[in-house]
Amino acid sequence: MIWAGVLVASVSCYALKLAGLSLPQRWLQDPRVQSTVPLIPIALLASLVATQTFSTGHHLVLDVRAAALGVAVIAVVLRAPFLIVVVVAAATAALLRLL
Amino acid sequence: MFTGASQFALVGVIGGGGSVWAGAAAAALLGSRNALYGLRLSSLLGVRGPRRVLAAHFVIDETTAMAIARDDPSLSRFAFWATGVALFILWNLGTLVGAVAAHAFSNPKVLGLDAAPPAAFLALLAPRLRAREPLAIAIAAAVVAIAVLGFVPAGVPLLIVAVLVSIYGVLRTQR
Repeated sequence: MIWAGVLVASVSCYALKLAGLSLPQRWLQDPRVQSTVPLIPIALLASLVATQTFSTGHHLVLDVRAAALGVAVIAVVLRAPFLIVVVVAAATAALLRLL
Repeated sequence: MFTGASQFALVGVIGGGGSVWAGAAAAALLGSRNALYGLRLSSLLGVRGPRRVLAAHFVIDETTAMAIARDDPSLSRFAFWATGVALFILWNLGTLVGAVAAHAFSNPKVLGLDAAPPAAFLALLAPRLRAREPLAIAIAAAVVAIAVLGFVPAGVPLLIVAVLVSIYGVLRTQR
């Protein structure tokens, strides 16, 4: 079942790319499409940050992941590279669990 | 699936106990921006037939950024293919290393690995927040996702947020 989902997601993601290269330009130049599509990743990534930091299953949880996210925010504000942001967040959580 | 945010989202939803289909939907929604990248790139690359089928696989944030940053079309095409091939090889090697190494850890929490995905999503999000409106959208999306979390299956908060932001985007354009 998982692999069926992976396959569907993969085909969808590839089809979207190919559509961008292949469809008539004016289809995707509709102002509603142009202004809405860039908002979707912003909203989804923000939701992922929130749900993966503050929940476990269906429950809201406040644990070391929140502190790790705080450190990640500082790293992002300082324009740290992607890998550094991820590593400092993981290291923060690991260190706090050791205490 | 060669588009990082979608990969992370799919894994994140399944890892969080969500259905694989909610994860697949989130991955596809995150991939929708690649269609707009393809639109920008199609005139730059001028690819047809089998080359277009291959080029489509490489249409991602990084290759688009590298290609549109060049003034000379031939340099743009070189930047696109070079970035695409290099990233494709290194990304998948990295994935393989991760998949093999993961078996070595009995409890990923000890290494703080459960804090890594939110940080990764944040790092992907941050470059898109350089103005007031996207920042407001991000905060609103996070609040909505947390608010509905307890009432719907895992992964579904993402889809609710995607629908809401799409409605907002269309209404905003029509005003």
